[in-house]
Order: sequence, then structure tokens, then C-alpha cells
Amino acid sequence: MASVASTQHGRPVVAQRLIDFETIQMLCERDVMRFVRERAQLYGSLARTIVWLFVLGAGLRGSITIPGGTPYLAYVFPGMLAMAVIFASFQSAVSVIFDREFGFLKEILVAPAPRSSIVIGKALAGATIATMQGAIIFVFAPLAGVHLTPLSVIACILVMLLSGFGLTAIGLCFAARMTSFEGFGTVNNFIILPLYFASGAQFPLDGAPEWMQTLALFNPLTYSVDLMRGLLIGMWTYSPMVDLGVLILFAVAALAVATWSFRQQD
Amino acid sequence: MPLRTERATQTEAAIEVRDLVKTFGDFTAVDHLSFSVPHGEIFGFLGPNGAGKSTTIKMLCTLLRPTSGTATVNGFDVAQQPNEVRASIGIIFQDYSLDDRITAEENLRFHCMIYHVPRAERRQRIAQVLEMVDLVDRANDKVGTFSGGMKRRLEIARGLLHHPAVLFLDEPTVGLDPQTRERLWEQIHALRQRQAMTVFMTTHYMDEAENCDRIGIIDHAKLIALDTPQELKAMIGGDVVRLGVAETNVTAAREFLQQGYQITTTADGNVLRFEVDHADRFVPELLQAMPMPVASLEIAKPTLNDVFLQLTGRAIREEGAGGNERLRAQLRRRGGKGA
Repeated sequence: MASVASTQHGRPVVAQRLIDFETIQMLCERDVMRFVRERAQLYGSLARTIVWLFVLGAGLRGSITIPGGTPYLAYVFPGMLAMAVIFASFQSAVSVIFDREFGFLKEILVAPAPRSSIVIGKALAGATIATMQGAIIFVFAPLAGVHLTPLSVIACILVMLLSGFGLTAIGLCFAARMTSFEGFGTVNNFIILPLYFASGAQFPLDGAPEWMQTLALFNPLTYSVDLMRGLLIGMWTYSPMVDLGVLILFAVAALAVATWSFRQQD
Repeated sequence: MPLRTERATQTEAAIEVRDLVKTFGDFTAVDHLSFSVPHGEIFGFLGPNGAGKSTTIKMLCTLLRPTSGTATVNGFDVAQQPNEVRASIGIIFQDYSLDDRITAEENLRFHCMIYHVPRAERRQRIAQVLEMVDLVDRANDKVGTFSGGMKRRLEIARGLLHHPAVLFLDEPTVGLDPQTRERLWEQIHALRQRQAMTVFMTTHYMDEAENCDRIGIIDHAKLIALDTPQELKAMIGGDVVRLGVAETNVTAAREFLQQGYQITTTADGNVLRFEVDHADRFVPELLQAMPMPVASLEIAKPTLNDVFLQLTGRAIREEGAGGNERLRAQLRRRGGKGA
């Protein structure tokens, strides 16, 4: 919002802008730069994928039958992308708690930037990092028996960006309220894993209890997984338009709530 | 003791605070503060930990909303025009607010971006502030490798990058060694001259408060005195003078002071002790007039600590890091290694 022509002594000229692109760019650049430099998060994501896909997947392969005879590893592969996205998104949101603890958040909050642009910048940063982590998992596609086309890869990347944006924004709502890392660990366990399991990512929900099916209906990850599974192996539960519509609505709503949370800093 | 006349009556003040109140539940952190700081002044808030200094600065910086009352900074209302206020100010917080994991230059570059420093000027301004705080050769090192003093200097450099009209310093030198503190003050004075900047600072160090043009003393959320350091100390009721004369002249000297100046002295051996307003002006005059030679002279100036003592009946504790600050430092170390 604020573009300052001159603050020397006199009144600064603050141009009222709805979106502060430079602040968004700065927040994205900072987070992506740190992600690229410190590879720990990336290695963690790769290790998680290997464990879930090949260890857990190998164990569950025999006991889970996928309707239509789809091989289990191919069924679970899109879920791996979604898992990378949700973990990375929430981790990006956690960085706000770190920034608060180590002081850098104040530097951002006293800057002449609209709170909505700060939230958009953080959410976009989270989405970018989440998508980078998700995209690396494509290297496991041949091992999972998933045939990739350039089009399906690009489409999945866009879905990951959209899902990552909404999920980071939801994480930011919690992070705006939280002052300790320990609290966020609880959120991780009570939000990420339930969302993951109640999304049909790891097993089909047809035989799941009623409450889990209801939860899945309100779970944005359900639509993200469904959309990517449809794009990658042609297996749909909902129509692509429904999936996409829900994800867009979710992202916009999450952004609004996160912006509101940041305005409440008092 | 009359307050010095406000320069701000002619032009708009840099900071104008009227009946400012902040409460947290039942606790009143800031209680009806009113004061005004003219452009170009170095204004200090002096008081013990927990007196309400930081809460006031947070409200002036738009980080906290006032419960009631008004405050304007650079002519903008902190509650109504927060973005204009934010664009007008630079802030050096009590706790560090740098990104430890990126370089000094990157911290400065990001600051330029969120403050919209014109692109063409960025490189030059970054070089200029780095030079000023003597960190040019560390520009490309990660801030995590810096000492406390270097981090402070970098924060000051960053706070000045966008040429703020008002610079806020919240306990800027807590935990710094005396040399670093002294150098920082030299830099702040030099800057004020060059940029006509207003400086608002809080401190609980007495010697640091001496750097201010005017000082507001704050205790239990209330402003209890506001004046220049000299005038505040003059409140104490004068300086203490100890005058040594030859043993044989003691009686004559006491009579001279009593008759010539109506000053009652107490004698301790051959040393006469008395209190006088403005000893710096009185003593030279006295020395010229005295018929007998003076063997020794000592003038004890009252300190700001004496002022605080007189106003509140307590001394300000001068201690280093508080509990919270130590905890932060620990977390910082832990975070630096871990995540």
C-alpha cells in the first residue's frame, strides 16, 4: 500500500495500493532463498516419501484393494504429492512463529505494508516451497508405476501451488495466534495427519466409518488428492470442476481468515 | 522549575501524545501520558524495567493499539493512519529483529524492498549505511555469525535506510560493552546533525539518558518529570561544594561565605561543605572574590539517579538482561542450531 517518495522531515507520500507487490516479492524471495540454502527440509521430505510410499506402501499393498484394480502404489502416489504439500505448507507457516520468537516478525509488522499483502507473501512463499518439494517426488513416479506426461506434470504443479497457498494460509491463522513452537507441534499432529488420512490419500474411504467420510467432505486435501489422482491415473471421485472450485474457494477463504488474524495482533 | 518552552508551538511536533492510556485487563501499563517532541530533538524516556516505556514505544510504532488518548507521529495519527506512521519511522527494538540466517547485505536489501526505497538508490544507500556502522567488510557474512554489538550496529543501519523522519530506539544499548555504547551514541549524534532526524529513545541507563536533549522520567505508568538533564538535576536543590582552606583560615572563610553570600557551611576539619544552585557558575565567582587562598575544591554534581531517587524514593536498578531477555537469548541459540 505504501510507496514512500520522501520521508525526509516532511510528510511521507504514501500511495494507497491494494496489493504491495514488493513486499510479497520480498517475503517469497526470503523464504525460498532459505529453503534452497538449507537443504534439511528437502531431505526430510524425500525421506518421508520413501518411507510412506515404499515401506508403508509395501506393507499395506496386500491388505488394501483398490476398486477397479488400480495397483496400490499408483493409487497412493498422488497422495504423496499432497502429503509433501501439506507438510511443507504448515512448516512454512511455522516460520512465522520462529520469526516472532527471533524478532524478525516485528521488522515486517512495522513496515508500511498492508497486512493482506504480508499474508499473501507468506502464503505464496509456502505454496512455492511446497510445490518444489512436491515436484521432486515426481522422480519416484516410475517406481510407483505412474506414467507421467508433460501436461499432467504441469497440471499437478498448478494444483500443488493452489493447495499449498490455501494450506499455508490456514497454517498462518494458527501461527498468528501461537507464541511457542511446542504448541505448533500439537497442531501438526492433530491437524496434518487427520487431514491426510481423511482425504483418501492413503486408502479409499468407501469402507471408512461415516464420520471419516463426513470429515473428508470438508477436507480441502480430499479435493487436491482427487484432482491430482484424476490427472495422473485417470481415477476420479468428483468432477475436476468441483475439485478445482472447492480448492479456489478454500484458498480465498483461508486468505481472508489469515489476514483477519494478522490484523488482530494486539 | 518551569518546563522549557516547546519549540513545537510554531511547527507541527514530530511526536504529539495526548492522554495516552494502555491497559491490559486490570493492569494499567501506560497512564494518561501527554508530551510533545519537536522536530530534531533527541528525546529520552527514563525509567525502571516495567515502567511502561516499551508499551509507549509500541503504541507510537503502531504495534499496539492505544486503549484511549491520541498520539501522532510526524503528523499522522497512530491509530487512524498506521501506514503513514510506519512509513515515517525507523525502529531499533529492544530485542534483535534481524534475520540471522541470511547475510547483512540481504537483510538491508529486503528492508529496502518493504520500504520501497527507490531501486536506483538501493545499492548506494546500503553501501552508505554499512560504511557508517563500520560493517562493510562483513556485508556478505551471515548475521548469525555477528557479535551483539555488530548486530545492533546493523539494526541501526537498517533503521536509517529509508531516511525516517523519526527514529525510535528501545533500550538500544542493553547488553553492549561500554565502548560500543559510546560509539553508537557518536553515530546517533552525527546522524541527527546530518539528517535533521528526531530521535525517541527509552533507557534505564543513567549515563545514556545524558545524551538526550530532554528526558521524560516515567515510573508506574506515569510521567513524573519532563525537562532537560541539566534542569532535572537542578531540581535536587543545588550542587555539593567542598572547599579546602588553610587551617588558620577556616573561621574567616566561613564568615566570608555567610556574610557575602548568606551561605551556611559545615566544617569538616579544614574542608567547608555547602550546597549551592549552579555551582559551575558560582564557584569561579567565589574563587575570585575570596580573600584567602583555596587549597582544594570539589564539586559534586547531582546525577539523574539522585533525581529519580528524590522523585520516587527508589533508585533505578541498573541491571543487564532481564529474565525474559535471557530466555530469548537461549531460544535464539537453540533455534540457531536446531531448525
